[in-house]
Amino acid sequence: MNTLIAIIGLGVLCLLFEIFEARKAIIPVTIIGLLAILGLDITDYANPQSYYNNMIIVSKFSAAFSGLFIILTIFLVTLAHKFYQNNQSKISDFIAIKIFLLAGAVAMVSFGNLAMYFLGIEVLSIALYILASSNRLSIKSNEAGLKYFLMGSFASGIILFGICLIYGAMGSFDVTEISELSRSAELPVWFPIGIVLVFIGMLFKIAAVPFHFWAPDVYEGSPALTTALMSTLAKVVAIATLYKLVTIMNADLSGNFQMMIVIVSMASMTVGNIMALRQVNVKRMLAFSGISHAGFMLMTLVSTANAAGTLLYYTSAYALAGIAAFSVILYVCKNNENEDITNFHGLGKTNPLLAAILTAALLSMAGIPIFSGFFAKLFLFNQTIQAGFIALVIVAVVNSIISVGYYFKLILAMYTKESNEVRTATPAVIYIVAVVSIVLNIALGLFPSMVLDLLA
Amino acid sequence: MNVSLILIILLVGAFATYLAGDKLASKVALLFSIASLGFSIVLLNQYNLGENINFINQWINQPNVSFALNADGLAIAMLLLTTALTPIIIYSSFGNEYKNAKSFYALILFMAFAMCGTFLAADGLLYYIFWELALIPIYFIALIWGNGDVEERKKAVVKFFIYTLAGSLFMLVAFIYLYQKAGSFLIQDLYNLNLTASEQLWIFLAFFLAYAIKIPIIPFHTWQANVYQKAPTVGTMLLSGIMLKMGLYSVIRWQLPIAPLAAKEYMYIFIGLGIAGVIYGSIVALRQRDLKKLLAYSSLAHVGLIAAGSYTLTIDGLRGAVLQMIAHGFVVVGLFFASEIIYRRYETRVIAEMGGIRSQAVKFASLFMILVLASVALPTTFNFVGEFTVLYSLSQINVWFAVLGGTTIILGAYYMLKMYQHVMLGETNAKPFADVTFNEATTLVIIVAVLFFFGMYPKPITDLITPSLENIITQINRIN
Repeated sequence: MNTLIAIIGLGVLCLLFEIFEARKAIIPVTIIGLLAILGLDITDYANPQSYYNNMIIVSKFSAAFSGLFIILTIFLVTLAHKFYQNNQSKISDFIAIKIFLLAGAVAMVSFGNLAMYFLGIEVLSIALYILASSNRLSIKSNEAGLKYFLMGSFASGIILFGICLIYGAMGSFDVTEISELSRSAELPVWFPIGIVLVFIGMLFKIAAVPFHFWAPDVYEGSPALTTALMSTLAKVVAIATLYKLVTIMNADLSGNFQMMIVIVSMASMTVGNIMALRQVNVKRMLAFSGISHAGFMLMTLVSTANAAGTLLYYTSAYALAGIAAFSVILYVCKNNENEDITNFHGLGKTNPLLAAILTAALLSMAGIPIFSGFFAKLFLFNQTIQAGFIALVIVAVVNSIISVGYYFKLILAMYTKESNEVRTATPAVIYIVAVVSIVLNIALGLFPSMVLDLLA
Repeated sequence: MNVSLILIILLVGAFATYLAGDKLASKVALLFSIASLGFSIVLLNQYNLGENINFINQWINQPNVSFALNADGLAIAMLLLTTALTPIIIYSSFGNEYKNAKSFYALILFMAFAMCGTFLAADGLLYYIFWELALIPIYFIALIWGNGDVEERKKAVVKFFIYTLAGSLFMLVAFIYLYQKAGSFLIQDLYNLNLTASEQLWIFLAFFLAYAIKIPIIPFHTWQANVYQKAPTVGTMLLSGIMLKMGLYSVIRWQLPIAPLAAKEYMYIFIGLGIAGVIYGSIVALRQRDLKKLLAYSSLAHVGLIAAGSYTLTIDGLRGAVLQMIAHGFVVVGLFFASEIIYRRYETRVIAEMGGIRSQAVKFASLFMILVLASVALPTTFNFVGEFTVLYSLSQINVWFAVLGGTTIILGAYYMLKMYQHVMLGETNAKPFADVTFNEATTLVIIVAVLFFFGMYPKPITDLITPSLENIITQINRIN
């Protein structure tokens, strides 16, 4: 609870800084503030309890995921320093929105009442709509914002409808009550329908097939930093929330629901990967790769018993690799109109360190040891085989092989093509973020127990 | 002291090489690789004295993964092969100039690290990680420092990477399945599992896919010739000298003892595939115009025979396979180095453009001749010992296997001697051919010396590997 209040306080502080003409201090203060909040979150992890008549329930699960969200936000805010260089007058807005987005994210994993859950999802989504269209002079950014808003509000409507049906069936918004009632044998038919509607709305948020159509366009049109945020933070938040919802409603106990997850998961990874093979724009490619990763993450839902640790590990590995990759993309595409692969030609020669980091990030996403992406897949496969879904694992393995195809396309472009432009010196923040995130990624690979045991 | 020391030396060596800068990189790399060889010999000594040189430490609690390194005679033999060939390969490359040498040599040491880890690992997951790690350095070595057109090289290398990764991912699934049964990845626990015949078949096939692609066994060999040709010679030596031995070693260490029922049931098929590789490789080698490709196909023929030997499940088959693995490692490195020496002077690999070298470079001609003869298993060379034992074991299974496998010697002699004749004798090429330099001569002499020494006195190696192979045979026969 303290975490959530502190985050909102920090957001307000960012806005106040603008009034007092202290824009230069915003980013350093925010980073220090977020680090302090991370400390608060660790104390929350140590003593789980519920607040305000179960509106907010702080558990190990919510605190661990909140910690991940805060770390990702620190990276994103650090990157913002250079990204909004030419937009200094509005920097407080950009940062404040990101902090409010984080507040929504934390609310989404620590809700104890479906009303709170909906509030969280709206805070997060509205912040994302604004960020998607934040480059207001670019027609593409405007298009992305509008598209995302229209599709997103539609999904929110569906979620709300689902919540209503669940309320109608259970007579309560309180998750502990719903959880207990859902175990009884006699369930009204509205209840599963409500669950499916909420599930559909969340599939939209994590961009899983068949609700993925917005993702490539929105990712491509949004400013690169927003794309980074969407593909790492927003996706991780949504899947963690979905996981929490599924465990609350005991939905995974139903065979039909499991079947649905298996199909969505298989479709997501396959469609995402096959579409990614044909992309020339790196942002679009990562959008499709994100769709396929959503499919992998959905695999945790087929048997939620003990899967929380695996999900936390997978999301951390994926998001850290994503941050590392996007920091390099931000550097390479800083002065370019688009994010085509041609911009990456010869990066291996002109900037070996960043090229190596991008390579490492992509290898992690592809699931090559010793990067944490490999262990993430390993734990996931282990869990899924244990639950008895070996066919799903085989499909996942085949998809891992396909994914190598497009990840390596980018690596090949960096190392075998000649550079077609002179690259200027790199800002230090990009180096810092890229190096720290990839080091964290590898550290997770070397010591997986560090994260896995948090939710064991 | 335990075996983890070798891994530490090689890993630290890789970083030190990178930090040493382009000028010093090759020397630093050589130093560390010689140090690893030195310590491997010390470890061999300790092992012979009966000291415990294994290392085990819990790594991940849930799932239960240990950092377990186990050195029995077989593993030490393969470790020595790796640590002996690595300095030779690094030393042989002193005659070449490489751009960005620090990364190049760091990658070589890193690859040696991963390969040693593969040979030593006694935990399924750890083994898998090392197995995959070895793939990344060779990918970059072949891609960045390779020769020929970039686009074609890219195609060949990516195909190789995806192919091998695809195979090994199914092996990973097999390992996870075994883990579910055993509750641990430790090799001993996996050996003790009681699997049904159909489970064994699926696991055997998953392993087979990974190993057949790596070795390569027909029909999974299509990546090989192109990658050997496109990679820089150092990469080709690493691939053919050591890396494909990873596959053969894994057959003996993991595949056969874990799924012995399947191995027995379908023995004829897998021996048949190995023999088919022998015949196919030899016939295709006959028609090659590119020296490196010819050597690649000859390598395909030799490893086919080794694989066939392993699948006989007899002690002679396994022993011959291991001996031949080591012998082939040395001879193939020597032959690829010889092709590199020619390339340094002629800048071509097309056999038709060579000729008359012998009259200008007598020392090179004799060393090359010895390598060619060793490769066709002339008695008194190491290869003869290995090949003969394998053929003997094949004849125990079915005499026709031995007859067909024996064609490797006949066809091998034919295409290797024909190649030698075209390259070294005949019309003199327009370009002058300087005799071997000191560096080149030392490298070749070391290889030739090893081949002759163990050819006449293979006892130290057979004594080293036989007890561990007998253990494996006991494992294979445990159910009956």
